[in-house]
Amino acid sequence: MKHQIVDPKASSANKGEADESLFEYLHAEMVNYVLSTSVKSGEKEKEEDLSRLESMGFSVGYRIIERLTREWPRFKDELDTIKFICTDFWTSLYQKQIDNLRTNHHGTYMLQDNSFRLLANIGGSGSKQYLRESPRLLAFTCGLLRGSLANLGIPCTVDAEVSALPSCKFNVYVQRI
Amino acid sequence: MSRTGTRLDTKKLNSELFTLTYGALVAQLLKDYENVEDVNKQLDRMGYNMGIRLIEDFLARTGSGRCYDFRDTAEKIQTAFKIYLGITPTITNWSAAGDEFSLCFESNPLTEFVELPDNCLHLKYCNILTGVLRGACEMVQMEIGAWFVQDQLKNDIVTEMRVKFIKRLEDAIPAGED
Repeated sequence: MKHQIVDPKASSANKGEADESLFEYLHAEMVNYVLSTSVKSGEKEKEEDLSRLESMGFSVGYRIIERLTREWPRFKDELDTIKFICTDFWTSLYQKQIDNLRTNHHGTYMLQDNSFRLLANIGGSGSKQYLRESPRLLAFTCGLLRGSLANLGIPCTVDAEVSALPSCKFNVYVQRI
Repeated sequence: MSRTGTRLDTKKLNSELFTLTYGALVAQLLKDYENVEDVNKQLDRMGYNMGIRLIEDFLARTGSGRCYDFRDTAEKIQTAFKIYLGITPTITNWSAAGDEFSLCFESNPLTEFVELPDNCLHLKYCNILTGVLRGACEMVQMEIGAWFVQDQLKNDIVTEMRVKFIKRLEDAIPAGED
């Protein structure tokens, strides 16, 4: 994947814009809130209920993509759309591009981010200390992806996997009708 | 092969991400709680938690020291709004005793795409901000109260937040020592 040089400092002379750390603090509170109020499903608390986090992400993604693509030429096809997500979409939200995109050409895409911003502060490279907690920090973004793609006419499901922090993979499964 | 679309404005979108995320959170809270008062409280609480962390970031960035007086505090709060939300609220309506002032917002990024439906008349949409202020000030040994007295979402001309100094918090003595 080609890399464009994006200098975050260049555009930081901001006016009427929110600081990025604010989003991180807010996101952390949302995770706390969802965890603190989710009903424990029986004894096995292995699977935490992060669906509300995901659905909040969905509604944000659904709305934000409209504003993002307002003055954008129409996408050629599904792959073209996904490429947009990997480059400009990701850069505008998380200040970097997706590092690796793979697809089986049958509607499954794997988007890998080697240093996902919301994970960047909970462990150095290869740290495993907070591996178990990390899905909490990904649910919102899964929803964000799903919502964005849904509004671009690509219904899909999205999940995420982490093997070593702060790198993670988002899997997009496009639903064929 | 490059696209012909214009570059996206990173900073702008980042603020929209924040605005929309906040909106989604408020919507979720309204769904979860029956009582609008509870939503206000929850927003304030979340703001408080953000504030106690945000102050560290603020102090590290600005390198500012202790406040001389409450006027100094007011100016620092104004600076913080500039840094984090890119807005500069005006400081007005000082009380005679100098322990209370108002922050007036002419525009507010939090409410950029927001309209309140009729059944949310008592919702204090921006209540997270009062919590942030409270939390941040508490970390620098100041107990304050903050609340909204005017809100553009309720057809007021400006959004006005009242901030009141309550007391100075003393350093707590560790347990087991006099």
